This record gives sequence, structure tokens and C-alpha cells, in this order.
Amino acid sequence: MNAVHDLEKVTPNTSLYANRAKVYTKDVYGPVRTAKSAIMVFCLAVYYTLPWLRWNRGPGVPDQALLLDLWHERFYVFGFVLWPQDIYLLTGLLILGAISLFLVTSLFGRVWCGYTCPQTVWTDLFMTVERWIEGDRNTRMKRDAAPWSWNKLGLKLAKHWLWFWIAFWTGGAWMMYFVDAPRVVGEFWTLRADPDVYFFTFLFTTTTYLLAGWAREQVCTYMCPWPRFQSAMFDEQSIIVTYQGWRGEPRGHARNTVEKFGDCVDCDACVHVCPTGIDIRDGVQMECINCGLCIDACNHVMEKMDREPWLITWDTLARQKAKAEGRHEKLHLIRPRSAIYVAALTLCTALVLVGFLTKSTTTLSVIHDRAPMFVRLKDGGIRNAYTVKIANKTQRAATYVMSVMGLDGAKLSLPEQNTTLSPSVQFSIDAGVVGAFRVVLQGQPQSRPDGRQDVNFTLTNAPAGESMHYRALFFSPGSEKEN
Amino acid sequence: MPTKIEKDAVTGTETTGHDWDGVKELNTPLPSWWLYLFYACIGWAVVMCLLYPSVPGISGYWHGLLGYSTRAEAMRGWHEMQGRHADAMAQITKTPIEQVAKDPVLMETALTSGRSTFANNCQPCHGQNGSGRVGYPALGDDVWLWGGKLADIETTITHGVRSADPLARQSLMPSFGADNILNPAEIQSVADYVGVWWGVTPEGTNVAAGAKLFADNCAACHGDRGQGSRDFGAPPLNAHVHLYGETRNDIVAQVTHPRMGVMPNWNARLDTGTIRSVALYVHSLGGGE
Repeated sequence: MNAVHDLEKVTPNTSLYANRAKVYTKDVYGPVRTAKSAIMVFCLAVYYTLPWLRWNRGPGVPDQALLLDLWHERFYVFGFVLWPQDIYLLTGLLILGAISLFLVTSLFGRVWCGYTCPQTVWTDLFMTVERWIEGDRNTRMKRDAAPWSWNKLGLKLAKHWLWFWIAFWTGGAWMMYFVDAPRVVGEFWTLRADPDVYFFTFLFTTTTYLLAGWAREQVCTYMCPWPRFQSAMFDEQSIIVTYQGWRGEPRGHARNTVEKFGDCVDCDACVHVCPTGIDIRDGVQMECINCGLCIDACNHVMEKMDREPWLITWDTLARQKAKAEGRHEKLHLIRPRSAIYVAALTLCTALVLVGFLTKSTTTLSVIHDRAPMFVRLKDGGIRNAYTVKIANKTQRAATYVMSVMGLDGAKLSLPEQNTTLSPSVQFSIDAGVVGAFRVVLQGQPQSRPDGRQDVNFTLTNAPAGESMHYRALFFSPGSEKEN
Repeated sequence: MPTKIEKDAVTGTETTGHDWDGVKELNTPLPSWWLYLFYACIGWAVVMCLLYPSVPGISGYWHGLLGYSTRAEAMRGWHEMQGRHADAMAQITKTPIEQVAKDPVLMETALTSGRSTFANNCQPCHGQNGSGRVGYPALGDDVWLWGGKLADIETTITHGVRSADPLARQSLMPSFGADNILNPAEIQSVADYVGVWWGVTPEGTNVAAGAKLFADNCAACHGDRGQGSRDFGAPPLNAHVHLYGETRNDIVAQVTHPRMGVMPNWNARLDTGTIRSVALYVHSLGGGE
């Protein structure tokens, strides 16, 4: 009961709501910042230029290297063309992405969050623009606190104007992954594009502007599920951004009594550069995206104070604990956890590869007519009719030959084209098209009580050396009803 | 009624002033931007109600300032489709049937149109997809009474069989039994002679006599080997396809008192292009020659 009373004493003073404390990030330079910038530029360059990469697939087929053509239900991925029935490969790629993320996180913490996540990349880009126009942390804080002036208004407008155009090009480039890039750009500016294109450009422009300009670290902290279950991915052996408390504490900066204090001079440089506005010295936190900008910031201070650098560093919790106790511990990159992730990754990669390489270039289906089930012929033979659907998933027109096994005297014809009966029929199907044909099959069925037997349709594509089978039923009156 | 509005010590927010047995509520109204969004939605709804059909009346409804109607929209689409269909059908009407069959674009329209016309007009007798039944020929087999070429089928559909049309396919099978041309015993032996062709067991009559009777009475139309004749619409008898049944009794009944089907002359009900489409469709069922 005491606990309850304690809680009641505590709660009135603890608000459950926290206003956002605006994060003013300070500029920083150093190896980590350089790496982060390089990765940012690379990711942005890939995003904006990839739709313009061409890939010749022959006449009548889009020549964009990566095009997700939802309108025509085709995904063009470099040398591959994915049809709706190949969508399981996409599932495989997503699983692959997820496991890769697990593996990298278990080894190196949230480097995805810190360097390559679109939210991080665009937030970083927007912050760079902000710093370029409005100045660094102290200048911005001072200006924001000051009353409105023409200068302040102009700078703010300029910033938002630039942000808007970056957001617009981001949303616009997104559309280029779905509609041929040169065409959609031309249509967009001449007001001839599909209304969907305008809607989604508007939508992604707005979300980019809001998420990268305004919401920023709140997306990571409150909206994204990843930080919430990252704790399941890494452990005390993961290499993460760590403040070496055993070296730094007790923090302080009294000049004369150096012995009393650790290396940390409590200058808050690490806090000022943090894009999520946290204090890394508080230990592992959900908000930390593992970008390591605090490492650069701290190293400069250590250098100036003539102390050992890397007070904040990349290290594992286990090694830090050992160091605090004066021991040395080895890195354990290979652990059961990482081994399992590697195994799952290998298995998944193999499955996706096999899926890609054995992806059929033709699919066949044979559907029996609902009525009539059969018709008798003059000579006592039986005729059945089918609808044959052949999907030519290759990039060129193809010719297929169909024959039937399992029926005596089997003869086929394509009654909608010509009436000639022969042991095999031929289909010509254009590139990337599903052909539907009505096929008549006649022959002498086996005498069976139920009047049904299996027949095997065989389709061969001689140039490609492909052959496939489809088992269908052949109906006849059946011996029970014969007179 | 608010009784006493006070300031909450912890949050600094005013209370609503209500007191429920000591429980008080903080007054935290909706954010104003949220509230204005509601007002904007209400305004939007009013505008939409004015622009579009919205309010029902006693004998009508508010048509809206834009005069929009989903029915008119649907009808516009329907008329557009009708126009395109009419164009294609006009093309089919002025193209000979053999030429239509060689044109994949016209063929697509013809088969689609023919399929639905067949289902609406021909299916009641000939069955789904021309599966046929007793008295009504199956259309997907290889037996044709009046010919299975495109032009033959088109003529049959146009003028009908034993219909009111002067150009109809006409033929008559004598009532050998009812008109006393043959007596019952003779009819039985003819039946035994004919039934053997498709495996009906003879019932001890004089088959040789039956053969002679067939040659004298039936071969003129049905052919000396029962191969049938399309000139007279006489079905082949040496086949496994039977219009009026395949048992011995069926043969006896047909010879005694023949049934002869009538097919309407469709030129009285359908236009040339439509009939041509149906002919192409029937030809494509599998039996076309």
C-alpha cells in the first residue's frame, strides 16, 4: 500500500504530456560528418537520377530501367519484367530487406536510421538548407527569439521557398518511378498528365515538406515503429555510439582541479549537434539514431583540451563494462544471433535467386467449356472444346505449338481462325501479351463408366526450347449411358 | 450550470466549473484549427448540396446547379458504346461473310455480338453454346442438315427452316406409317436395317427386306448408304449423331409419323449484320466447315 501512496505523491508533479523542445542543430565537421554527407549525396543522387536511366527492351516496351507501371500491371526492373503473378518475388525482396536490416542492426546498431533512412537523408538535406540560409545554431536561436523583422521574414520565406521546391522535386521524382520519366515531366508542365499524377505529386510534396521540414526527429521518436523494436535486434555486443562514462565522469571543467574530474568537460557540444536533441551521455536511448555526429563534436573539444579523443566512440556495451573494470574484452561479431541472421539471409537470397532464375517466361492454362461438355461426331468420336490462355512473358513475339497426349486419334483445331483439324496447332503471341484461344479437341475416348479421362496438353516453344504441360479433363457420354 | 470555475494547480488549466461528487474536469477545448476544419467541412457540404442533386421533394428533387445526373452520365457512355457498336456492325453488314472471317478486328466484334445474340435468341432451342437436344441440332458437331459453310449457315439463319419465308429451307419426310405407305412390319425391318449402322441390336425381323425397302423408299433422300443429303436437309443415318433419338423405337416412331422441326426466318427479326455475326459465331463453335 505504501507504493500506491508513493505513486500518488509522485504523479501530480509529473505531466504525461511534453511539448516538443525545438532542436537547433549545430554544424559540425569531421570524419563522421563527411561520411554521413557522402552517403546522403549518394542516396539523393540515386533517387533523382534512377528514373532517367534507360534500358532498351525492344520496340513497344518502356525503355526505363526501373519502372513500376501500375497502369499496365507490369514492373520493369532492369532485365526483368514482373507480372502480377510474380509478385511473390517482391515479397522475397522485402523479407530480404528486413533480415538485412536485422543483421546490420545486431552488428552495428541503427546505422540504417543514422545514415540511409529517407527520413534522415531528407531531414539532413533540409537542415543543411536551413543552416545555409539562416546561419548556425546560435544565430538561429537568437533570431527566433527576436521579434519579427523584414530580415527575419525574408530569411524564413527564402528557407520555406527552397524547402518547398526540394519537396516538390522529391514528390515529382517519385511519380517518375511509376510513369515514364521524360513523358510525365512533359505532360506535367503542359497540364496533360493524369489527375492521379498531380494528386500524388501534391501528396508527396506535402509529406516531404512536413516530415523533413517540420516533424523531423518526431517522426523517428513517435511515428516510426522501428525504434520501438530495435531493442530486440541489438544486445551488449552490438557496436553502437557510446559515451565512455568510465573515462568522462565525473564531468566538470574546473581548471585547477583536473584530478577531480573525468575527461568530459560538460560543454554540451554533443547535445548541440544531435539531430534528435538527446544527450548521449545518458546512455542507450530509444531516440538515438546512431549517426555519430556527437563523436565528431566531442573529438574537437578533446583535441582543444589536449585530451585523448574518442571520449564518445563506437563500442559495445560489454567492452565498455569491461573497460570500466580495467579489463579488455574482444569484439564478438560472430554470435548466435548474427549467425542465425546470416543463415536466414543466405537462405532467403537463395530462394529469391532461384525464383528469379526459374521464373517462367510462359504460363499456360486450359479451361474446359462449361456447355456443352461434349458433342458426338458422325463417326462415333467425341469432341470437347477448351479455352486456352497463354501468357507470353518474354520481350519478343513467340510461336507455340500445342499437342495433346492421352487421347486416341487426338486432333485439334482453332475454330475461330480456321477449321482444319490436325494433331497439333500453332499459336503466335506478341511480346508481353496474354493470348486466349478457343481450341477444339476430338478423338476416340476410352470407355469409362463416368465418361471422363485425363488428357495432357503439351505446349512447346521450339526456339526457346521450352515445354510445358497442362492436365485437363476430356468428357464423353460414359459407358453407363451407352446403349 | 458552471458553478465555480477554478484554476487547476498542477497544469494551470481552468476547470469546466462542474463538480461531480468532487470530480472536476479540465477545460481543454478542441484546437481552433481543428474546429475551423469542421466549419470548413460544413461549408463544403452546403456548397456540394447546392451544386449536386441532394434534397428529395414530393414529386421531384433538387437537381443541383451543375445539372449533374449519374443516369445521364451512364446513358452518355451507353450511347457512345452504341455508336461504336453501330459503326462496327455497319462494317460487318457491307462485308461478305468470308471476308469478315479473315479480318481479326471485325471478327472480334462479330463473335462478341454473335455470342450475345445467340444467347438471347437461339439458346432456348439449341441450348447453351449450341449444345443441342432432341429435335434441335447440336451446332458444334460435324453433322449439318443444310450445310456447315459460312454462307450455308447464314442462309439458314436468314430464311429459316420450314418457316414463313418463301426462301426458307423446305423439305418434307412422308409419314410412311400414318399414310399407310409402309405397314408396321415393314417399318420394323427398315428400322432394324438402319439401326445396325450405329449399333442398335436387330429384333429378328427380315433385315434383307428392310434393305430393299430402304433402297426403294428412303435412299432417294437419305442416300443409298444412308449418308444423308443436304439438298433436302435429310440427316445422315449412318452416323452416331441423332436428331430424334437413337433407339429402335425412336426410328420406328420417326418413320411412322415424322417430326420435322421449324426454325424461324430471322430476317424478320434481326438485321443482316447481326445475322452475319450469329452465323460466324455458330461457325466458330467447332463444327464449321
